[in-house]
Amino acid sequence: MDIERLNKILAVFEGEQGGLISILQRVQEEFGYLPEVALYSIANFLKLSPSQVFSVATFYDHFYLTRRGDHLVSVCQGTACHVLGARDILETAEKCLGIKTGQTTPDYKYSLKRVACLGSCALAPVVILDDQVHSRMTVRKVKKLLTEDLDRTDPQT
Amino acid sequence: MKKSISIPSIKNYRIDSVESLRRLREILVAGEQTTGKFVNVCCGSGCISSGSEHVREAFVSGIKGHELEDEIKVKKTGCHGFCERGPIVVVGPKNIFYQHVTKEDVPEIISETLLEDRVVERLLYEDPVTGQKCLHENDIPFYRKQKRIVLKNCGLIDPTSIEDYIKVDGFQALAKILSHMTPEEVIGEIKLSGLRGRGGAGFPTGIKWETARNASGEEKYIICNGDEGDPGAFMDRSVMEGDPYSVIEGMMIAGYAVGASQGIIYVRAEYPLAVHHLSTAIAQVTDLGLLGRNIMESGFDFEIKIVKGAGAFVCGEETALIASIEGKSGRPKPKPPFPAIQGLWGKPTVINNVETMANVSRIILNGHEWYSGIGTPTDKGTKIFSLVGKVRNVGLVEVEMGTTLREIIFDIGGGIQGGKRFKAVQTGGPSGGCIPEELLDLPVGYESLAKAGSIMGSGGMLVMDEDTCVVNIARYFLDFARNESCGQCTPCRLGTKQMFKILQDITRGKGRPGDIEILLELSDAVKHGSICGLGMTVPNPVLSTIRYFRKEYEEHILEGRCRALVCRSLIFYRIKDYRCKACLKCLQACPVDAIIGAKWQVHEIDQSKCIKCGTCMQVCPPRFSAVECVTGLIEGSGDKSE
Repeated sequence: MDIERLNKILAVFEGEQGGLISILQRVQEEFGYLPEVALYSIANFLKLSPSQVFSVATFYDHFYLTRRGDHLVSVCQGTACHVLGARDILETAEKCLGIKTGQTTPDYKYSLKRVACLGSCALAPVVILDDQVHSRMTVRKVKKLLTEDLDRTDPQT
Repeated sequence: MKKSISIPSIKNYRIDSVESLRRLREILVAGEQTTGKFVNVCCGSGCISSGSEHVREAFVSGIKGHELEDEIKVKKTGCHGFCERGPIVVVGPKNIFYQHVTKEDVPEIISETLLEDRVVERLLYEDPVTGQKCLHENDIPFYRKQKRIVLKNCGLIDPTSIEDYIKVDGFQALAKILSHMTPEEVIGEIKLSGLRGRGGAGFPTGIKWETARNASGEEKYIICNGDEGDPGAFMDRSVMEGDPYSVIEGMMIAGYAVGASQGIIYVRAEYPLAVHHLSTAIAQVTDLGLLGRNIMESGFDFEIKIVKGAGAFVCGEETALIASIEGKSGRPKPKPPFPAIQGLWGKPTVINNVETMANVSRIILNGHEWYSGIGTPTDKGTKIFSLVGKVRNVGLVEVEMGTTLREIIFDIGGGIQGGKRFKAVQTGGPSGGCIPEELLDLPVGYESLAKAGSIMGSGGMLVMDEDTCVVNIARYFLDFARNESCGQCTPCRLGTKQMFKILQDITRGKGRPGDIEILLELSDAVKHGSICGLGMTVPNPVLSTIRYFRKEYEEHILEGRCRALVCRSLIFYRIKDYRCKACLKCLQACPVDAIIGAKWQVHEIDQSKCIKCGTCMQVCPPRFSAVECVTGLIEGSGDKSE
């Protein structure tokens, strides 16, 4: 990990009150996840114990302590999506990518995540691939989306 | 003759008095009058995912092609609420409402409607009951029974244009209080209006403000809670995305009333567009001099910053939200002390939900008599609901308090999709309950919904039909609750987990007699043994479904049957050999290759492989209808995914 880049981010937060979450967000933006070394440095910087920083980093859903894939597949499991079959969508996504929810493919191309609600309930069920919302998904549409994606060199199923 | 639009530049314009705001508004409105034609393209999250950005670009380039860019203004607006029908385009001056518009339709709209003043019939909404085409928004049954106060600017103004907001009376309420009202009068007005918190609990807003005003301390805070975490609710998102200025103005009024000079909007990280629009709006308002020091020379200082959430449902609870802003894990604290006395950094803090804040400027501008005249004797004003699930017109609806559930679901929502039968409506998300058909004439209000075993909550309204299993829904919400419990109160942390396990067993055909009683007992423990609103309310989905649909629980437990054909362990698919034409459709579509057969060979489902996704049933041509779904336990066909 590039300590220089980390220090640059930290410098911006010098003297700010309650900045831990914002710092974690910025660091994750920069590195894609929260490397362990960074958490120690942040603790040091804020004069907190490492356990306090780890506690916050593991409390919130949006922080990742391991490297993510290049592409993030989020399958919404909100209420509206649920009653319209979101579970089948998630399972199909798992099969297509060959990983379980919360995991990353060994080639670090894809991560699969379930989200509680994206607020796109009128378009349910939805899947978000990177920042693109795919609405009214069906098992077949997910299969197409995740297997015919050009970026993927090793299509399964 | 060609008229050109002279949009006055407001760059470098600073509003330093009530008079200068009035002048700016006059200039802006005068600029507007020379333009007759416009195209408003909905760019809310829903329409964007249906492709409205492309539609907008097509309009811009098409109009440019006709060299009409000076005459016809193309504007992006916030959400109209009828997301089901997106992308939505409104064409002026006649406000013709086009739905499901694609970029291919754009040349026709330009040549027909904008140039020839003719209507493109096929893009109008057709009333499914009367078959009549609806020309305007208000002709559509979905809008007819709505009363849009909070959402009045959504779909009308460009959410990134402060000029637009000023034209529709923006900041007039702020001007009114700064020039004519004392903080006490503002609080009095809000108290008399009867406004109650729209985030769920329904605490009277005026009393909250008064408490914070009277609390000792120099420094006070206003927090706007935009951590809309309830799955199935997206009204706050729409307001923040479609009319961020109203939220800002509401916060400023609250700041003035309470004596706070700092505001914080806490927004869910899942809402990037809301964050973008709010930050744009804050920058514009600051540039105009309406945020900052000595606003309109009244001596009132106020500034607003945005804090992005990091993904924790419990942070919607006010004390957890404060902890999160302070950079800690979002764990609620016991109350009292209430945040109005001791909140952010230990200072008096008012926390109001987005919808509550957006109501404030309306009340100040029109007076408390006007506001309290809307609704019922106990519940004033309107409430926005996000109508989702198996209802025909999915979307955001704002109705007067006291409107019945039946009116919302059947008149506005258009009834159940696909001619199915209504079963129940779930209000209030994970903290709410299921309301059965017998209670459909219940008027919506805080107390009426609570009496029925549900809550108003933030306004999620999930409509269920006969194909929705209530036990599965209870399991779904408990799954959510056990994941989102912050873990500090044992009854909530472990109780929700146990309840989930029992519900899971029931849906898997492993329920035992006595499970219902244990669920009731655990619910009681979780409700009474937790310090925050999450723990106190998460048993509601279970309690209300047992209360109204006990029979269905018993069927699952005693007979191994799921009448809605949802619980996978209790259903299986089979192919009727006498109907199967061996067409290979299902065989090819099956995601797990569970169908055995070949051309000329009748297909059969291998139950040991089947994941019960129902794809085979969907793809089987209706003229064959060879696939059927049956309830009951069969050997070797458990739920593979679990």
